[in-house]
Parts: sequence; C-alpha cells; structure tokens
Amino acid sequence: MLLVLAVLFGELSLLAIGGASSTLPAMERAIVVNHHWMSAAEFARLFGLAQAAPGPNVLAVTLFGWRIAGLPGAAVATTTFLLPSCCLAYAVGGTWARIGDTRARRVVAAGLLPVTAGLMLAAGVLLVRDAATDWRSASLAIGVAAGTLATKRHPLWFLAAAAGAGLLGFG
Amino acid sequence: MGFGGVLPMIRHVMVVERRWQTAAEFSDMIALCQFLPGANVANLAVIFGARRCGAAGSAAALAGLLGAPVAIVLVLVRLYERFGMLAPVRHMVAGLSAGAAGLILATAIRIALPLRGSLRGLAVAAAGFAAVGLLGLPFLPSVLALAPVSLALAATAPDQRRGQA
Repeated sequence: MLLVLAVLFGELSLLAIGGASSTLPAMERAIVVNHHWMSAAEFARLFGLAQAAPGPNVLAVTLFGWRIAGLPGAAVATTTFLLPSCCLAYAVGGTWARIGDTRARRVVAAGLLPVTAGLMLAAGVLLVRDAATDWRSASLAIGVAAGTLATKRHPLWFLAAAAGAGLLGFG
Repeated sequence: MGFGGVLPMIRHVMVVERRWQTAAEFSDMIALCQFLPGANVANLAVIFGARRCGAAGSAAALAGLLGAPVAIVLVLVRLYERFGMLAPVRHMVAGLSAGAAGLILATAIRIALPLRGSLRGLAVAAAGFAAVGLLGLPFLPSVLALAPVSLALAATAPDQRRGQA
C-alpha cells in the first residue's frame, strides 16, 4: 500500500507542470476511480479541509495519504510528492535567474502557461463537480470563484463564507 | 500562515501587501515554478529561499511552509473524522469543499486570463482542459503530448515580451 502511494505521488510530483493542483484530475482518477480508496465527495471534502487549514494546498496530498494509509500514508504521500520536484527546483532555480530574460526562457514560459491553464481549469471544474452535490453547493462554488476574481478580498474570507453558508444549510 | 491555499494568498501578500516583488516578477517566478514539475508553492519556497540564503534558505522556507500546517491539518482531519457524522459539521465541510473548489476554479481562470488574445494559447489550454477534464484521458500521456506541441507553437510564434505574463 505504502509502496503504491509512493510510486503514485512520486510520479505525479514530476508530472505536476502547473503545480500540485493541476495533478488533481490524475489524483482523483487514481484514488477514486482506479483504487476505490474513497468516494469523489470524500475526495472533495478532504481537499476542502486542506484548503481550510493554514498552509499550501499540497496539504491535500497529506490528507489523501492519511485517509488511505494513516500517519505513514500521510508521511509517504507528502514526502514522495515533494522531494523529487523540490530537488529539481533547487537545481534549476539559480540557472533560471542567471539566464535572464532571454528568448528561450520566454518561449518555455509562454509554451507551458497554456498547458498549466488547461490542466488547472480541468482541476477546477472537476473539483466543483465533485463538491457540488446539488444546485446550492454548485452555485456556492461558482459564487466563490466569481467573488475571488471580482474583488481583492482575502481567499480565506470566501472559504469562511462558504463554510458559514454550508452551516446554514446552503451547501 | 497561508490560509485557503497558498498560491492566491502568496500573490496577495508578496505583490499587493508587502510589495516584495512586482506583479511581473511574481508572474516570472510563478512561470518558473509552473515550468518545473511539482507543488509550485513548495518550488516557490525552495527557489525564493535559495535566492536569499542558499540551500539553508530553501530548507528553512520549505520547513516554514509545511511544518506547522501539516501538524494542524492532521489535527483538523482527526476532528473531522470524529465529529464528521454530526449534521452541522457535515454541512460546514460540504460548504467548505464547494468554496475550496471555487477558489481553484478562480485561480485557474486567473492563470488563463493572460492567454486571451492568443489563439495558440487558448487552443492549447482548451485541448488540455478537454483531454484531462472532459474526456478523462490518462494524465501522463496527455501532458507529455501537449507540452512539446505547446512549446513548439510558442517557439514558432513571434517573440513577444508580454506573452509570458
């Protein structure tokens, strides 16, 4: 089990072009569809809890690992997801700064941005689908997205508002 | 202290509040972190830490980013498992997960916004979205197929400085 987790998250670590969130579709497929470790709704709830906690949303990986294989699962999932990419980031970070604003760098950035955008949009839509059990939670998710885009309000404000709305039965 | 997912918040703190970086510099660093595989906030911490004080800076930034949050989130999930069957808790977490999904959607749209006006960018983004999001094609082959195509398209497009934002 732990080995399966390590392979899964280790592989995703090096595939996560747009960051952790862009691999959510792949995580969901592996965790929910292939391995049946949890339901899609549980997947979305754990993601929501990770977002509500202070910290990066890579914490969702910690919670998925925890839910699948307890504390060892949390440790294995988090470590294998972070270690490969962080080593690479450390190795490449300095080079990127030294290269400066060259054409090659702009091409790489301009070439990868649309890929990231597409994967992130897929992750966003997929999560909304998983989290939205009815029209109320669907409109809550869309409302948070619209509110975040339209204002400069802190994201936590919207999360708190969403949790509050859920508590009042609107979710 | 990155409540609610760090990416929107780091941007807010670094660019809007503290002005450690301009929006362009931040976009540049995000572009690098997106070009690199992996959790981009962790990459951001590693790279920002390394620029300030080398490997120690990276380790410190990463530990600072993850140490307390991991502990807190594990306590939180234990509480949730313990009290999750209670209706108010269940409703709150349902609202929370809808809100969190909305935040990711907003972040995605924010990332996609600079693409407007670029047919190439929009086409690649749409292809990626359709492959992974709508058709449920396997992730690894989709990314490995799309990334080189997008890079080739970007390489043949006229060079534009604003294009990488």
